[in-house]
Amino acid sequence: MKLNFRVIVFAAAILFGVVFSVPSLLQTDKGTKITLGLDLQGGLHMLLGVKTEEAVNSRLKAIASGINHFSEREEVLIDGLAADDESVRFTLLDGDDAPAMDKMLADIEGLSVVHEAESYRISLTPEAVQKTQKQAVDQAIETIRNRLDQFGLAEPTVARQGEDKILVELPGIKSAEEEQRARELISRAAKLELMAVDEERKMRAYTMTADEAARFGDVILPDAEKAGGKYLVREIPILDGSMLTDAQVAFNQNNQPVINFSLNSEGAQIFGDFTGKNVGNHLAIVLDGQVYSAPVINERIGGGHGQISGNYTVEQAQDLAIALRSGALLAPIFMLEKRSVGPSLGADSIKASLIALIGGFVLVFIFMIVYYKGAGIVANIALVANLFLIIAVMAMFGATLTLPGMAGIVLTVGMAVDANVIISERIRELLYQGVSIHKAIEEGYANAMRAILDANITTLIAAIVLYVYGTGAIKGFAITISIGILASMLTAILGTHGIYEMLETRIAKSKNVSLWFGVSKKKAAA
Amino acid sequence: MEFFRQTKTINFMGQSKIAIAVSIVLVLLSWGILASKGLNYGIDFAGGTIVQVKYEGAAPIDTVRDTLATNPLYEGAQITEFGSPEEIIIRLKTSSKDVQSDMGDVTREALKGTGSFEVRRVDIVGPKVGGELREKGVMAMLLAILGILIYVAVRFEWRFAVASIAALIHDVSIAMGAISLFAIDVNLDVLAALLTLLGYSLNDTIIVFDRIREGVTASKSIELADVINESVTKTLSRTTLTSLTTFFVVLTLFMFGGEIIHAFAFTLLVGIVVGTYSSIFVASPILMWFGFNVGNYRTKLAEAARRRAEKEKMRSMYEQGTV
Repeated sequence: MKLNFRVIVFAAAILFGVVFSVPSLLQTDKGTKITLGLDLQGGLHMLLGVKTEEAVNSRLKAIASGINHFSEREEVLIDGLAADDESVRFTLLDGDDAPAMDKMLADIEGLSVVHEAESYRISLTPEAVQKTQKQAVDQAIETIRNRLDQFGLAEPTVARQGEDKILVELPGIKSAEEEQRARELISRAAKLELMAVDEERKMRAYTMTADEAARFGDVILPDAEKAGGKYLVREIPILDGSMLTDAQVAFNQNNQPVINFSLNSEGAQIFGDFTGKNVGNHLAIVLDGQVYSAPVINERIGGGHGQISGNYTVEQAQDLAIALRSGALLAPIFMLEKRSVGPSLGADSIKASLIALIGGFVLVFIFMIVYYKGAGIVANIALVANLFLIIAVMAMFGATLTLPGMAGIVLTVGMAVDANVIISERIRELLYQGVSIHKAIEEGYANAMRAILDANITTLIAAIVLYVYGTGAIKGFAITISIGILASMLTAILGTHGIYEMLETRIAKSKNVSLWFGVSKKKAAA
Repeated sequence: MEFFRQTKTINFMGQSKIAIAVSIVLVLLSWGILASKGLNYGIDFAGGTIVQVKYEGAAPIDTVRDTLATNPLYEGAQITEFGSPEEIIIRLKTSSKDVQSDMGDVTREALKGTGSFEVRRVDIVGPKVGGELREKGVMAMLLAILGILIYVAVRFEWRFAVASIAALIHDVSIAMGAISLFAIDVNLDVLAALLTLLGYSLNDTIIVFDRIREGVTASKSIELADVINESVTKTLSRTTLTSLTTFFVVLTLFMFGGEIIHAFAFTLLVGIVVGTYSSIFVASPILMWFGFNVGNYRTKLAEAARRRAEKEKMRSMYEQGTV
């Protein structure tokens, strides 16, 4: 027996394989492990779309809001301020104010202003529209990520997919209630607006149509608490949630959970000014288009604090506070694809594929020994090493094992013996031609090499294409197949060759090629 | 042990006319089935919703059907047993876009009173995503074939590439014919199986081609038919053995891998059988039809070998400094 570089490399590979696959196999606490895909451990997978056109719309509203503030602060009188899906319009009452207004508008990026006599029509440039849409997706990803981080789930994934899609993966969702809660938290717009109630016409909230309200620059919003309740409020909000710095759950005197929010200095300034000027009027606290409360302003509210009270449970209040803290979604999201797998189904899938894996493994194992005897054992050693290597490499790269990935491993077991079969057949052939053991092994490997390489590379091409074009679980399959092919080339070509080299003198001495390569003696002699 | 050792060369090419006739019939039949029955696109490609429900004990499938029939939301829903009598699957052609409302909850509510059950899986795929996945699937298939075509053409010769692609189309056609015939849901995993099949079938074909390439220089005969017969005979035991081990393994997957992996395993089972057959009986005759000439190829290989040797000589001379 003699050591050679092939055996040493092979032994190192086995050592590597065993060491790095142990954490995954035994599910130890430490070490890098294979992540189980959602289809195996259960969980929620969602592909979300973003209604980017609504982000453009709310950007226009925000611009209108800004113009409103400006006109009040600088005492520039304007009339008929309105915003729709494409533009913001208003008329200047005093033409002398035009330079000041133009200067203010010029400071806002991406606007195209059409200014005829005293009437203004402001819209976004195409670049600004595009930028806003992109920002809406970026911001949605950021917001959803923030919210999920605070939700307390293990390793949520939030990632951009393609141009305008968001992939959300939540492993560890155990029940339908939990899933529901997570989905609500994600999709909640959490858009907080403080709006002025139209004091002049508020009595007509129940009789007015939406179009009529729009003519007065108002909107009719439903009451969040009282079914059928309605409020008539000014369309342009006093301020919105973008100026929010914090939101926390607290309890009021009735021990009901409420949410206290704080505003940044700019927000506090605007809020203070507004409340100071409007003592005795109503202020509507609007969340996601519903009025939560509309208290009377008793005095100027400085400091920039406010409260949202509603009929929540503590849990709901907490989720709402999370949503407010992590920011509003600039644009609503919608579901493109959703897959949820219960943990029991995942466990069943693991069990079933393990049975298949072990069953297939045992069958191939026995078959190889019966058919090739000693060479079969060598091939089986390579096969086991191969399995460890796949697991180890997957664990190292943090790859995800999916159900198709499991099938990929099972398939690899079937195909991994291929190289050994080709090699063994070549060796047998040479032995029948009566060459020496040494020559049979060396030439057998040399002859087999080209075929094995060509065959594996073509399979690898298919696997790579599958990886590039696949999604989720299919990517997992492509990864396992690719790793399996590479590992089998290492173990089957290099590893077994090394073992034969090591045992060569012994095989030659024993002269028992039947025991070693399963060659029938009768034919060998012939 | 040995099953497949052939001391005599088998005359495969003598049977090639029959084999090709059988293949053409099978392929045409598959195309016919595909054209008339079409593919049964699952929700991955067509979009829609599936809800998998597991009951404690046998699922009251008739009660479920009656209950859901009264609910307009479930109009046109297919309710079938899934893998075992305890489990059913509800398929809907529609999908909801709403993030907050969930078909799983709706179903849980709708099935109240039909027994004790658990909603184990809810998959919703919107039509847009389904369309995109379908496009990507076709792209993946074409790209894989193109990649393989280029690789084989470079490593062997263009006729080999054409012959292997013809064998591939043969295999994939028949596998898809079987999928259509048995009305298997075509989902992403079936696509994965078809792509694996591409790789696998090609694997087989290339091993044979490799032998032919080798046989061209080694064989005594200059007749392509003889070379092919010798090569196929020599690789026969490897082809059968590997196919057998893979077949065993996929069969265990098919039997014990659970319902979800069923379509995947089925596609592979058909593919392995057809792929093995095609690498022996289909790929090589095509090589003959395209007028592959042993003599020419031998000269070409000899020419390449001569050039290589010359280069070597030049290099060694250069290294010794005696140009």
